[in-house]
Amino acid sequence: MFYLRLFLLFLEIGAVSFGGGYGMLSVIRDQVLSRGMLTEEQLMNFIAVAESTPGPIAINMATFIGASQGGFLGALLATLGVILPAFTIILLVAAILKNLLKYEGVQGFLGGVRPAVAALILATAVTMGIRTFFGLGNVYGECSFNYKGLIILGVLIAVGLGSKYLLKKKVSPILMILFSAVLGIVFYGLI
Amino acid sequence: MKKPLPKLLSLFLSFLKIGAFTFGGGYAMIALLESEFVSRKKWIGREEFLDILAVSESTPGPIAVNTATYIGYKVAGVIGSVLSTLAVCLPAFAIIFVISLFFDKFLALTYVGYAFRGVQVAVVYLIASAGVKVLKGLKRDFFTIALAVAVFACFVTLSLFAVSFSSIFYILICGVLGLALYFVRMLARKKSTENKVDPPDSPTSPEPSEQAAEHRRDE
Repeated sequence: MFYLRLFLLFLEIGAVSFGGGYGMLSVIRDQVLSRGMLTEEQLMNFIAVAESTPGPIAINMATFIGASQGGFLGALLATLGVILPAFTIILLVAAILKNLLKYEGVQGFLGGVRPAVAALILATAVTMGIRTFFGLGNVYGECSFNYKGLIILGVLIAVGLGSKYLLKKKVSPILMILFSAVLGIVFYGLI
Repeated sequence: MKKPLPKLLSLFLSFLKIGAFTFGGGYAMIALLESEFVSRKKWIGREEFLDILAVSESTPGPIAVNTATYIGYKVAGVIGSVLSTLAVCLPAFAIIFVISLFFDKFLALTYVGYAFRGVQVAVVYLIASAGVKVLKGLKRDFFTIALAVAVFACFVTLSLFAVSFSSIFYILICGVLGLALYFVRMLARKKSTENKVDPPDSPTSPEPSEQAAEHRRDE
């Protein structure tokens, strides 16, 4: 039963996640948090690992969460679950519905989905940020101000924007994560 | 003398390589896919590749899986799609599974714990910048902007007040609203052609979509 539920959960996530890995994060987050499978901090650690290891972020997340819940079988089922809807839909499109995107109704549907996905990604970042920097899950909780985190964020933004506009080069996510790890050790461990 | 097996094997190995060496998910994979299948092996035409990308970005699921399934099918049918999808996921699965075995012990190390408190900040930053990038790519019409603002405001407010409302509903509701808008527009167009009045030009002209093409045909 447990494994079946895990599989179905990721099947559901795979079926409604438009916009690739990042689009999937908000869906994964509220499913996983509302079921108490992971804490926000654990989830963020997983995301960091998923970003700094090779492979599709969605697959990395599914494998990681599956493994944390049910070992190898959990990882396998979660990953299969997240792949299957995508696989089936693409096969249908490739074999039968070749003109899927040419239907205006489909374009209409996607015209509504796209802004929703974009807003969800940003909103996920903001709610994660509120929890990380103010220790606040919701207004009923107690607020604890994480000023060191805000300083690190400031440094990251400065590095990100500085590199983009001064050096005309984007800093890769992995470099950002490594840099933030160093900052974490300096601010939380040494200062 | 090309037998089908070497082709399947080479398809599998290509996707295994792409799965093992792309960091940053599906979008980072696109350049590699292009050089591997369009430029080098010439299994997929350039136009066809763009179609595949458009479908992969518009259907649910990981973009890497979508493109792998599609390219695999184009090259070698259903078996090709199964092999490509497995190959693109296999390295990620193996690496993450091994990491998951040691992760908790690793995190328990004091300085690793400190490092991850910094890393969590980077995660917020990276997701926010991904969100901004996707937002910038949206159309600039009233409907799109209104939906994005509404979803953002609802999501943040509800989660602050600890009301649980699944992201899935936001996606589906907005999709249905988009569909409804399409029907309303279609009805309006029908009416205006019945009255022999030219359909009113929409103010959002910089749309590369079919609407623009239709206007051109009308003229």
